[in-house]
Amino acid sequence: MSGDGTTAMVEVRGVHKRFGRLEVLRGIDLDVRPGTVTVVLGPSGSGKSTLLRAVNHLEKLDQGYVRVDGELIGYRRVGDKLRELPEREVLKQRTRLGFVFQNFNLFPHLTVLENLVEAPVGALGVPREEARARALELLERVGLADKAAEYPRRLSGGQQQRVAIARALALEPKVLLFDEPTSALDPELVGEVLDVIKDLARTGTTMIVVTHEIGFAREVADTVVFMDGGVVVEQGPPARVLDDPQHERTRAFLAKVL
Amino acid sequence: MTALTPEQALPIRQPADSAEELRIVPHRRPWRLVAGLVALVLAAQFLHGLAVNPGWDWPTFRAFVFSDSILRAVGVTLQLTAYGTVLGFALGAVIAALRLSGSPILRTIAWTYVWAFRSIPLIVQLVFWFNLAYLYKRIGIGVPFGPTFASFGTTDLLGALGAAVLGLALHQAAYAAEIIRGGVLAVDAGQLEAAAALGIPKFRQAWRIVLPQAMRGILPNAANEVISLFKGTSIVYVMAIGELFYQVQVVYGRTGRVVPLLMVATVWYVLLTTALSLVQYHVERYFARGSERHAPPTPWQRLRAAVTESKEKRA
Repeated sequence: MSGDGTTAMVEVRGVHKRFGRLEVLRGIDLDVRPGTVTVVLGPSGSGKSTLLRAVNHLEKLDQGYVRVDGELIGYRRVGDKLRELPEREVLKQRTRLGFVFQNFNLFPHLTVLENLVEAPVGALGVPREEARARALELLERVGLADKAAEYPRRLSGGQQQRVAIARALALEPKVLLFDEPTSALDPELVGEVLDVIKDLARTGTTMIVVTHEIGFAREVADTVVFMDGGVVVEQGPPARVLDDPQHERTRAFLAKVL
Repeated sequence: MTALTPEQALPIRQPADSAEELRIVPHRRPWRLVAGLVALVLAAQFLHGLAVNPGWDWPTFRAFVFSDSILRAVGVTLQLTAYGTVLGFALGAVIAALRLSGSPILRTIAWTYVWAFRSIPLIVQLVFWFNLAYLYKRIGIGVPFGPTFASFGTTDLLGALGAAVLGLALHQAAYAAEIIRGGVLAVDAGQLEAAAALGIPKFRQAWRIVLPQAMRGILPNAANEVISLFKGTSIVYVMAIGELFYQVQVVYGRTGRVVPLLMVATVWYVLLTTALSLVQYHVERYFARGSERHAPPTPWQRLRAAVTESKEKRA
């Protein structure tokens, strides 16, 4: 799928997105190299969640395109036009992108194990037994093997989010997208979720993480992206963007959250 | 508990001073007991009247309650309910899906259906279907506005029972559609988003993720509808179909014993509604799995819990 000269796993080019009259994304360019962690920071309303949702086509674009491993997401190019793909095709593309929501969005009527098995069986046609074995491995990895038979609502927020991460991993995606994964958690539960994400970072998973955890960004990010008002204000290694920001807006934001 | 003040250390029995020594006494409610007793007396009086008042005519009740004609009529009533429910909810599900679809044309058609069938009284509609042959003598299958491949006489195709089932199902579908739609709308939008983000195919999203969760909202209302349809089948007596209420009328028309025969019908309706309520309880339990709030306990379970609790208290 790749091989057209690009080295980026995720390539965002000139992306615009409007909600009614409000332009939430105003021309975003972003490259995420394979095996790296990109952390997106910015005040609320800066468009960072919308950008993340645009990457797996949970939001349609008004202009621009997103490519993952060289493949256009949500559209196909016909001459000078980008035609939206039928939903079936988009769903297929999404199996290669893991998404972790702020509110976990686990399926409450399915057990933890069934939550992990549902997509591999339903979307990829993996045999159920195989999917179960893989799911148990993943639960082991996030430290919740003993909760396989539990229903999600019986778990703490931190445990639910770890299950949600395992659920996203069950599809063996090329890229993991995190939309404020710790914002809905009690402070003492944030650490356990961040530890799981750090562990994934160490094993070379390509990730884009929208978060407010500056400490996490400093420790884990290869690239920090600061967004404000629907544009990328600046990006670079954490040492530069966090400790020596070039833009006034970045400085003002960091002064508030640090 | 570390240091006692001099007063507490005194060996003489003083008015209790520390929190542990104060006994908590619940508020007494003597009038509640009186009201309960009055209600019990009134209930006993009513039950006594049922037993001894000859007007209830229990021998006649006993003679008819399990008679062949009544049992057959109960069968017809159950049949009408079953067909009405199954066809009504099947069509209702389709209409709900249309109303939730992205197409404005389909949405409008579904809305119009619901509007029309909720506007026409069921009894009017039933008489219409019964007289369908007057409007359309033959019904055919073919190309719309084009040639017909096969056609049938309306009265052959649609007997009285068929007309009744059709009327009940079409009527039921309008209400079922709204109930199903309500249940689906109550499912958190994040659920669909999560399913979409996982790439789960559309149909599977609906069947495995949305519907099981929607069922929690659908079931109580759906059970209401089934029960009201069950009793509502008595309305088809206008088409001279031998369901329970019609049959009872036939019998008391012949024998003149109105009250005991109404009791026959009442007892059957109550018994079967009770059975439906039990089914509802267990189905709701099933769909409540994984949720924090479970279906409330049945009166029987509540009674048992109260008994064991009082036993434990005494022990």
